[in-house]
Amino acid sequence: MTAQPLELPIEHMLRELTPQVLGLVVRRFRDFAAAEDAVQEASFAAAMQWPREGLPENPRAWLTQVAYRRMADHIRSESARRRRENEAAIEMGQLAPPVEAARESDQDDTLILLFMCCHPALTPASAIALTLRAVGGLTTAEIAHAFLVPEATMAQRISRAKQSIKDSGIPFEMPTSEERVQRLRAVLHVLYLIFNEGYTSSSGRDLRRADLSKEAMRLTWIVHQVQPDDTEVAGLLALMLLTDARRLARTSAAGELIPLAQQERALWDRQQIAEGVALLSTTLPKGSVGPYQLQAAISAVHDEASRAEDTDWPQILALYELLRRMSDNPIVALNHAIATAMVHGATKGLELLDALKDDARVAEHHRLDAVRAHLLELAGDLEAAVRHYRAAAAKTANWPERNYLLSQAARLSG
Amino acid sequence: MKYILMMNGTKANFAEYAKWSKKDMEANVAFMRSFSKQLKDEGVFVATEGLGWPDQAKLVRAGKDGAPITDGVFPESKEFLAGYWIVDVDNPEQAYKIAARVSGAPGPGGVPGNMPIEVRQVLGSHSDLGL
Repeated sequence: MTAQPLELPIEHMLRELTPQVLGLVVRRFRDFAAAEDAVQEASFAAAMQWPREGLPENPRAWLTQVAYRRMADHIRSESARRRRENEAAIEMGQLAPPVEAARESDQDDTLILLFMCCHPALTPASAIALTLRAVGGLTTAEIAHAFLVPEATMAQRISRAKQSIKDSGIPFEMPTSEERVQRLRAVLHVLYLIFNEGYTSSSGRDLRRADLSKEAMRLTWIVHQVQPDDTEVAGLLALMLLTDARRLARTSAAGELIPLAQQERALWDRQQIAEGVALLSTTLPKGSVGPYQLQAAISAVHDEASRAEDTDWPQILALYELLRRMSDNPIVALNHAIATAMVHGATKGLELLDALKDDARVAEHHRLDAVRAHLLELAGDLEAAVRHYRAAAAKTANWPERNYLLSQAARLSG
Repeated sequence: MKYILMMNGTKANFAEYAKWSKKDMEANVAFMRSFSKQLKDEGVFVATEGLGWPDQAKLVRAGKDGAPITDGVFPESKEFLAGYWIVDVDNPEQAYKIAARVSGAPGPGGVPGNMPIEVRQVLGSHSDLGL
């Protein structure tokens, strides 16, 4: 029991070391799939052994050594099948000391690992799972738990993702500079999805999923350390900080959703907001403005209003107009309609919504009905508002959201 | 996103199934087994169960004192759940494709049964922030 207090720091340390050690093992053995398994096993061994026997002098070397041994075992059993050609190579791999000189490339390695895990050939679900395991250092069981699927299913998903990477023959190296921008966007999208998974899970039974947001922020922070000059990386990190700052105020104790305008702003995490704003302020002057920065800027405007009625809607509208020009995203168009309504009146907002009715991507989306209901309510057409709140409730697949929409309808129909 | 795929049938459908040849039945069972295994291998499997047949089905309501009041008389046209699969997929289209696969499970003479499969989304707490 004396080992108890050690558990948390060890877990943290292991998760930080995971991508570093994995980078070293992949570099040496050139087999990402097997290396990833080896590092996961080494990490498991450490989690069992370190609390009992104390930390090794050099935890990273310990992990690397164990992972090398596992790799050697793996190759040996493989080559036993294909005769014994590789014996010499294995011995070298096993005997060579962990390469501490490679330390300065750790960060590059982490980035390359992220590029691999978020490869466009993978489905989002596979990329998310693989990223959380290979770079985040989470166990398969933890990831399965977070996504509420059986562990065997998650294991299979990860192993298929690794197989796709193997089949695609992607080398373990930095993509070319032309490719790099594109690939970094894919990484950011996966990190954004992980954050979103955690953030929108609000009710008590899903509390553990909130860790996914923290993990997404940690990984994005790492990418920001490696790419401090990339404004969109900073933008995404700022967006996460500014959004997550409102987490406590977002739901009631009973797990009900509380919309932004009604949130108890004293519950917002002021320090995190300050961090997000500071990050944004150093980033914006650097030039190229992208969608994540704009989203972050919008979040910052909301966060800086001490009361809902103090919100600087004209500024938010201007930001949404920039964002709309940048991306043809119907959800952005919906938010733009809300901002328009707040500045120019509900009727103007409703007119913009009419234009979205024929957009197949959003026509059947519950959010179109939800926004329409909200604007109709602002316009004073309560009967139609009730109808659209109910229509939105019938379409959403989100439990707290459905309850929220139904309670809005109930409130208006008295 | 998770979807439940439900295979429904009337009492008449169940009674027909009971008359299948041993060979047809075995082919169907083998198909279902391999289908579940495929879902697992594909990394989309969440759960599956087959249900007892409707002959023993009861409709239960709470009486005044909370005691169960049971009723088992159903109209002939009523559809009963025969079994379900829950899958975790990236989009609804993927769920429909999986449903079509199981709909094509072999019936009498090995001919695809093309049973209707009801596909419904399972409520979760996930919602896209929309970027």
